[in-house]
Amino acid sequence: MSIFVDGNSRVVVQGITGRDGSFHTRQMMAYGTRVVAGVTPGKGGRDFKGPDGRVVPVFDTVAEAVSETAADCSVVYVPPAFAAGAIMEAADAGVGFIVCVTEGIPVLDMTRAHALARDRGSRVLGPNCPGIICPDKTTLGIIPGRIVARGPVGLISRSGTLTYEAVHHLTRAGLGQTTCVGIGGDPLVGTNFVDCLAAFAEDPETEAVVLIGEIGGTAEQEAARWVSANLDIPVVGFIAGRTAPPGTRMGHAGAIISGSSGTAAEKTQALEDNGIKVAKRPVEISALVGESLGC
Amino acid sequence: MNLHEYQAKELFRAVGMAVNPGEVARDPAAVQALTEQYGGSAVVKAQVHSGGRGKAGGVRLARSPEEAGGHARAILGMTIGGLTVREVLVSPIEDIATEAYVGVLVDRESQCPVFMVSAEGGVDIEDVAAANPEAIHRLRIDPRYGLLPHQAYRLATRLYDDPDLARQGARVISQLYAAFVDNGASMAEINPLISTTGGRVKAIDAKVSIDDNELFRRPAAAALRDPFSESPADRQAREAGLSFVKLDGNVGCCVNGAGLAMATMDLVKYYGGEPANFLDIGGSSNPDKVVAALDIITADPGVKVILFNIFGGITRCDDVANGIVEAVGRISIEVPLVIRLTGTNEAPAREILDGAGLAAVTSMDEVVERAVRLAG
Repeated sequence: MSIFVDGNSRVVVQGITGRDGSFHTRQMMAYGTRVVAGVTPGKGGRDFKGPDGRVVPVFDTVAEAVSETAADCSVVYVPPAFAAGAIMEAADAGVGFIVCVTEGIPVLDMTRAHALARDRGSRVLGPNCPGIICPDKTTLGIIPGRIVARGPVGLISRSGTLTYEAVHHLTRAGLGQTTCVGIGGDPLVGTNFVDCLAAFAEDPETEAVVLIGEIGGTAEQEAARWVSANLDIPVVGFIAGRTAPPGTRMGHAGAIISGSSGTAAEKTQALEDNGIKVAKRPVEISALVGESLGC
Repeated sequence: MNLHEYQAKELFRAVGMAVNPGEVARDPAAVQALTEQYGGSAVVKAQVHSGGRGKAGGVRLARSPEEAGGHARAILGMTIGGLTVREVLVSPIEDIATEAYVGVLVDRESQCPVFMVSAEGGVDIEDVAAANPEAIHRLRIDPRYGLLPHQAYRLATRLYDDPDLARQGARVISQLYAAFVDNGASMAEINPLISTTGGRVKAIDAKVSIDDNELFRRPAAAALRDPFSESPADRQAREAGLSFVKLDGNVGCCVNGAGLAMATMDLVKYYGGEPANFLDIGGSSNPDKVVAALDIITADPGVKVILFNIFGGITRCDDVANGIVEAVGRISIEVPLVIRLTGTNEAPAREILDGAGLAAVTSMDEVVERAVRLAG
C-alpha cells in the first residue's frame, strides 16, 4: 500500500497554466496520476492539454474545481507571493491533502496557512518540497518517476535531490518503495517525520523506513524517540550537513544550526541512541536497508 | 537578513515605541560633537552584524566628548566576529533602574510567533535559559488574531509589579509585535528594555532579523542591507539566485539541491578533503547560473579542484553541461574540473561534455574521491 495518496487520488493542480505547473502536470499525467482539474484565477473555462491528447478542465477557483470534479488532493505550483493563499483556498474548499512545491514563501504567511489548514482538517505536505510518489500508482509533485520502483521500503526526506540520490541507490539494489515522501526544507512544514512514520506504521506493505534528515531544528530527534516507542520495523537514517558551519543557512531556509542546537552530530546521536542505524554516505543507505531486511 | 541596531531602532520608532535617542557616526569628530550635544556624556556602540559586541570592547561609556572621540577611534576599524566596524551609534547615557528582556520569533515547533519575556534582561538570554529557565516566560501567539491587548498586559506584568510600568511595558510589547509583523521579521528583540529611575520604560538596544523570503515584497526592508556586511562573492551569488556559503577548504563544490550539496560537502570530508564552499545552483535549468557559479568558485584562490555533482530531476543535465562548456569558454579555469551527472537528459549531457573534451562520471563517491585526490 501507499501512504496519504494512492492511484485513486483525484488531483487538482493549482497554477496549472504556469511554466512549472504545466510542465509537471504533464509529467504527473504521463506517470499515471489522475489529474482531474486545474486552477488558475482568470483562466476558468479553458482546457489544459495533457499528454496523449488528454485534456484537463481549468477553473477559476478550487471550490469550483472540487464541486465539479470531486478532487480530493491538490498540488500547488504557485509563486511565493500567492502560495500561502493557494494553500488556504484549497483547505477552505475541503481538499484533504495539499502538496506545496513552492520555495521561498514568507514564514509569517505560512504560520497563518498552517493554522487554517489545521482548523479545516487538511494535511499540508511542504512547502518547499518535491512531493510524494507511490511507485506504479501516482505522483504528486516533481519527483522523477523513472528512479523509483515498487517494493517494501518507505522513504521520508527533508530534501529533494538528496532523496533522488538515495532512491536511485535503493532501486538499483532491488529495494523498491511503497511511498517516497519529501516533507520539505522549510522551517515550518505541514507534515513532519513523525506524521509519515505513523502512516508507514499502519501500512502492512512497508517493511523498512529510510529517514533522510539534515541540520536545523529537532524533527529528527523527535522522530527517533517516536520510532523507539512505536515502530516495530527497521529504520535507517542519514543526516546531511556534518560539515555545515553554525549560524549559516545552508540553502534550505530550515537548514541552520542555531547556537549549538540542530547539529548533524546531535541528530545522528539521537537516531543511534534509539536503535536506528545511520549511514555515513548516501550509498550506504541501501546496504543498511538490505541488511535490516535480511536480503 | 540581520539589521543593525540603529536600523532596528528606526523600525521601532516608526511604530511609536519609546526608544532612547541616538545617531550614527562614521568618524571620531562626529562622535565628539554628538556627545557634546547629549550634554557631555554618551555611550558609543559598534554597529556590526555580530553578537558579543560588548565583550569585544565595541560598546563603551564616555564621560566627556574627548573620551567619546577616543572611544570612537578605538572602535571604528576594529574587527568583531571577522567584520570591520564602520559605524558607531552614539546615544545619551540613561539612568537605569531595571533591565528586562522582550523578544518575539517564529517558533518551529508550534509554527506560531512566540513571545519570550524575562525580568532578567541585559544579559545573554541563552545564558538565562540555561541557568534559570523559569525566569523566562513564553506566550504563543495565534498569527491570525495577532497579539491581543490582554496578552501584552499579561506579559508586561511578568516584568513589572508597578502598574504604571506594566502599562508602559504592555505598550512596548504590542509595538514590538507590530514592528515584527509590519516588517516581515523572523525575530525581533529588545535587550535590555529598561525602566529609568524616573519611571520611564524604553528600549535601549534592538535586534531585528528580516525573513529573506519577505524581501521581494518589502523594498524598504531590502534597502536596509549593509553592502559591507557581505563579501563580493556572497553578493554575486545572491544576485544570481544561488545559495552560497564560503568555507575554508580547497574543493570547490557546485551541486543542485541544498540537501545533496550538504551531503557532497560531507562526502568530501569523509574522503579526507575539505570543501571550499556550499553552493546550490537550484532547481532550474539555466546555463547562466552555472556560469555565475563557476565565476564565484574560481575567484577563490584556495580552490584547487572544482567538483560538479548534479542529479537531474527538474534540472536537466544537458543544460548544466551547456553551462559548464559555456563557462569554460568564457572564463579561464586553471584548476581541474571533475563532473558527475546523472538523471534527466544524462546521455545528451555526456555528448556535450565529450565534444568539449570534458568527461563525466555517474557515481557520487567516485567523483568526490577523485576531487579530493586532485586537491592533494
